[in-house]
Amino acid sequence: MSGIRIQAVTKRFGATQVLRGVSLDVAAGEFVALVGPSGCGKSTLMRIVAGIEQPDSGRIMIGAGDVTHRRPGERDVAMVFQSYALYPHLTVAENIRVPLALRRLNAWQRLPLLGGLLRGTADAQYLMDQDVRRAAEALGLRALLDRRPAQLSGGQRQRVALARAIVRRPKAFLMDEPLSNLDASLRVQTRREIVEIHRQAGAATLYVTHDQSEALTMADRVAVMQGGELLQVATPEAIYADPQDLRVATFIGSPRINTLPAETGTDGMVRVAGHPVGLWGARPGPLTLAIRPEDLLPAGTGLPARAEALEFLGESLLLHARHEASGTALVLRLPPEMRADLPTSGSLFHLQFDTTRALLFGPEGRRIGATALSAEAALV
Amino acid sequence: MSEAALATRRAAGWGEAATAWLLSAPAAAAYLLMLLLPTLATVALAFTDYELGAAAISWVGFDNFAELLRDAGFMTSLRNTVVYVGLVTPGSIAGALLLALLIEAGTRGRTFFRAVFFLPVVSLTVAMAAAWQYLLHPTIGPLNAMLRMLGMAGPEWLSSSSTVLLSLAAIGIWENLGFNLVLFLAGLTAIPRELYAAAEVDGAGSGWERFRLVTWPMLGPTTLFVLTITMIRAVRVFDTVAVLTQGGPNKASDVLLFSIYEEGFSYFRLGYAAAITLVFLAIVLALMWLQTRVLDKRVHYG
Amino acid sequence: MAERAIPLRQDLPRLLLLALAGLLMLMPYIWMAAASVKPLDEIFRASLSLFPERFHGIENYGKVFARIPVFHYLWNGIVVCGGILFFQLLFAIPAGYALAKLRFPGKELAFGAVMLGLLVPPQVQALPLYVAFSEMELLNTYTALIAPFTISAFAIFLFRQFFKSLPDDLIHAARLDGFSEMAIVWRVVLPNAWPAATAFAIFSVVAHWNDLFWPLIVVNGGSHATPALGVMFFRSDEAGDDFGALMAAAVIMTAPLVIAFLLAQRRFVEGIATTGLKG
Repeated sequence: MSGIRIQAVTKRFGATQVLRGVSLDVAAGEFVALVGPSGCGKSTLMRIVAGIEQPDSGRIMIGAGDVTHRRPGERDVAMVFQSYALYPHLTVAENIRVPLALRRLNAWQRLPLLGGLLRGTADAQYLMDQDVRRAAEALGLRALLDRRPAQLSGGQRQRVALARAIVRRPKAFLMDEPLSNLDASLRVQTRREIVEIHRQAGAATLYVTHDQSEALTMADRVAVMQGGELLQVATPEAIYADPQDLRVATFIGSPRINTLPAETGTDGMVRVAGHPVGLWGARPGPLTLAIRPEDLLPAGTGLPARAEALEFLGESLLLHARHEASGTALVLRLPPEMRADLPTSGSLFHLQFDTTRALLFGPEGRRIGATALSAEAALV
Repeated sequence: MSEAALATRRAAGWGEAATAWLLSAPAAAAYLLMLLLPTLATVALAFTDYELGAAAISWVGFDNFAELLRDAGFMTSLRNTVVYVGLVTPGSIAGALLLALLIEAGTRGRTFFRAVFFLPVVSLTVAMAAAWQYLLHPTIGPLNAMLRMLGMAGPEWLSSSSTVLLSLAAIGIWENLGFNLVLFLAGLTAIPRELYAAAEVDGAGSGWERFRLVTWPMLGPTTLFVLTITMIRAVRVFDTVAVLTQGGPNKASDVLLFSIYEEGFSYFRLGYAAAITLVFLAIVLALMWLQTRVLDKRVHYG
Repeated sequence: MAERAIPLRQDLPRLLLLALAGLLMLMPYIWMAAASVKPLDEIFRASLSLFPERFHGIENYGKVFARIPVFHYLWNGIVVCGGILFFQLLFAIPAGYALAKLRFPGKELAFGAVMLGLLVPPQVQALPLYVAFSEMELLNTYTALIAPFTISAFAIFLFRQFFKSLPDDLIHAARLDGFSEMAIVWRVVLPNAWPAATAFAIFSVVAHWNDLFWPLIVVNGGSHATPALGVMFFRSDEAGDDFGALMAAAVIMTAPLVIAFLLAQRRFVEGIATTGLKG
């Protein structure tokens, strides 16, 4: 049974095409992070899954049913909003209870005072109280049940929003940048808790974020989105090491991946500014060579570059340099012990890299195959 | 800190204080002359038998207030004011809220309709009262002409004691509605959109459920504010009464401010008018107290 | 919800309902304008036609201009509103600044006085002020019309709140630049006071242009009558039942502020909404 199935969804706001035919499956029990720069359409996609927005074309399935034309309340999804969207006039307990009350009680039973006299209300109330307590317990909110949102810290509000989402055991969770309003240390801690909640609930989770480290650390699979399109959907490891699109390669990873203009000659050798780099391309023509900062090393021979600045980050060093021939800025991530051996600012040195980890991209940014000469082979 | 530095700081402090006093002096003088002293004088007058042009003035203690209680005319005027406030407040608030929700429900015509409903707020009340007089005229007024066409005999709106207060209240609602509407619109725009989205996801499918869960509680502070100022504005009704009815027929539309005006400036019984003024002031202060002390706690969350 | 574009067809019921309510709201204006161009006999026939059979506008409006000094009343209105606003700003802006940004002994007392002043409606001071103006033989003067309103606790409060939101560093930087305390007020604070001043100006002019209570008390001839009094006089003296001319007078006196409102709608609505506090 699939959790969430998004099929060829398009959406246009006025003149701008926000979504250009997006398809994505989130299996039951799976955690998929939707990551991309702001304005890429990821929040719109999530709001379409929730039913807050309507797609121009395409279908949304949740569980087994097509919910494209269902109201948000009929979709069996729960959503955690960026601003948490807690009802300020209700206590924590009442906030968590809202989605239950709106589903389990009819309009008469919800009336204050009178509703309590109707048959079935008391039983329903009792069961709801139990569910609210269970959800609150799971998030450590027991002591706060009678507070109002204004009396809570950001982290506590966030938990209430999570509790309101899990309390009715929906088929799918939608989370729209739920951590972006927390401070840095709390964010790291809450990441693990959200994953844990997801694991216990076992529902399909779609998690929108612009923060790649959240996406990589939390998700089973990461969906990278840009300009209203999904570029790649894969495990965090594959997204990092094996990106299929230059935009994915440059978006994921910090510092950014190094890119150098290169060319495959008629002899099949890949050259950067005339220097063969120990890779064979499939077809002659221009291409882009991309290497992660940790895969570049200073050496006696190789691509000539000029050292510019050194940054000490504690666990590593960043050496900023410039490729001599093309003027492209480069970054090397090095172990801190190497500090004494590094070229001084302004001096010329040479670069080597592990050819098995180098990536080649065609002129349209699509990944193209490369054959390494030998695993450790450096370049000329 | 060294002696010298302290001295400079003190000098700067005195410079600041002197500037502040200088800047506040004109306001303070005007406050004293035009606000504080006259208010205190009104309080004092209320305990005298002062009449303009009278040779002597003497303290009469609470006599004026005792007379108020016996004065059928004053009691009528007080009752009329309460009825007027009781009609105008719910009428103009409910109407304004309904129209504000209608305007906010879509994107079209927002500015246009806001302008239409706001127009009475900036219109010269005296002139519009004249327009209402024509509109409500028993024989030549378009309203009764319309009723005649429908086969009904229209009442004598402003000249019958049974309908005069109702007619004035209708004009009062017309006058105050646009003002409240603008405040409600501001309150509605301030409600975060995400709350409505959350309510929908939580299962609030109908517009009424979303109104109950989000709109109404979130509008709480605005509604309280609108409620108090509408009541205060309504208690101060004067223009329409002075222009249209002069309190008549037979005191059926006499209101507090008009009583003050008549006692004070037609009969020149200033002591007695001051006593009515204090009753008026007490009502206004009570309404403000109600807002800050009692109701405020219930609508501000946290 | 608002951000969703609703197709016009679905939006139609809402717009029709609003249009109906709007029409109801505009009824007095529509009939006022219609009657102001009708001859008296048509008005007395009480026909429901909005358009006159014989256009009588020139006669009706001519009558108003012939019988009452319209421009004189309008001029009085401008003098009184302008005078009140000028003094209100002159007194309130410096005081508001002092209360917001300066430290001085007596500040709490001063602010308490402002809050107290906010509670008292202006009608409360009317009786003693009338006696005082009458003793000083100042009835029927601009002074009597303007003086009581020169102090506005509300204006001081408004400007204090506004200046409080100006960054302290702006004042500190001006001091470091060598401005004297007075120069700071004129060169730094005043140019920044415009948004609050415009909002208050609209509030004040609307309130005093329409005020009837106080002018009715201190003015009893035509020489210093404001537009509100002008309509009142015209109604009682000249044209008890001449509704055509009376409506013409109403149109003339209502027009200036309504036109100003239509030209600067946003500012008016925002001005009144932000200063709505007092009412």
